[in-house]
Amino acid sequence: MAKPQTAPAPSSLQLFLIFTRIGLTSFGGGLSGWLLREFVQNRNWMTQEEFLNGLSISQALPGVNVKNMAVWIGYRLLGWRGAIVGFVGIIVPPAIVIVLLGTVFSSLSRYPLTHVALMGAAAAAVGLSLSMGITAARAVPRTAIPLLIMAGTFIAVAILHWPLFWVVLAAGSLSVANTYFRGNR
Amino acid sequence: MSETPQTSLLLSLVAVFAPLSLVTIGGGQSAIADINRQVVDINHWLSQAQFVDAFAISRMAPGPGSLLVTLIGWQVAGFWGAVVATISIFGPTTFLIYAVAHLWSRDGGARWKRALETGLRPVAAGMILAASYVLLQAIDGGWFARALALASTATLLLTRVNPLLLIGAGVCIFLGLHLIGLV
Repeated sequence: MAKPQTAPAPSSLQLFLIFTRIGLTSFGGGLSGWLLREFVQNRNWMTQEEFLNGLSISQALPGVNVKNMAVWIGYRLLGWRGAIVGFVGIIVPPAIVIVLLGTVFSSLSRYPLTHVALMGAAAAAVGLSLSMGITAARAVPRTAIPLLIMAGTFIAVAILHWPLFWVVLAAGSLSVANTYFRGNR
Repeated sequence: MSETPQTSLLLSLVAVFAPLSLVTIGGGQSAIADINRQVVDINHWLSQAQFVDAFAISRMAPGPGSLLVTLIGWQVAGFWGAVVATISIFGPTTFLIYAVAHLWSRDGGARWKRALETGLRPVAAGMILAASYVLLQAIDGGWFARALALASTATLLLTRVNPLLLIGAGVCIFLGLHLIGLV
């Protein structure tokens, strides 16, 4: 394919408004799909390949994927200003909303029904976490070392309650080193 | 004025959340088990019930799930608690992705990139599963809640339903169970 042309970069304000809108309308995931549609398909501000590179790095590096992706896209489009705009746009408006929600619920907390409602919400929300875990587990290569590393991480964190930081540092470096020295596959 | 206790509270929020920020591979989900341990068991900032409530609220709110930490900061130390907790959980990794985005524009680096992606996958999967396990044990509502959590998992895996709708259904089911006296 010929090198795809992209449209001229947006202004900081335009970028901020788009990230804010995506931040405020994203419930429980599916965000990368929105970002792809907005930045690649609708506005043609970056190529699909650039986008997918950013996505895989955002997922591999620590940090919330969406926030990483917002910083990545912002940087590609507008340099450091874009990175700041991406970060603030995707984090600050939803942060205000969650504090408002928390305040509303705590003023309702003297009613027992509030707690019952939150119990139901929490139970359903655990499904979000568990289904994501199962999806992630399915993507793990079906060979001994990655499977052992996955099981070891689970046991260390869930059963033994070891501090996450050291678990990730140890398991992560082991696993990345293993992949790296296994060569290019 | 209680300047000193407030300042030391803010500093301990940084000390808890900034290191956690760096281990949230695969999204904020993976750190929830450890956030729970730090906030409830070690620092006693919230009770287990309050933590689970905050978790539920964070899943109903838009935006990244890690904003749970913002809510915890707010409940523990008010406005500045929320600001400090938010910066601590999102700040360090933001510098990291910024640095990588910068390097990436100069160097393709296909091999280390692929090693990172593939190598971190099992660790992320193990952590997210651990978080789910801890949450499954922490939720109130006994077997009804666990059954609902598993049903919700299956629904999410098999359909493309809007998660917010599913959480709304969870609320309705529990209100219904409460009405007939089961929870």
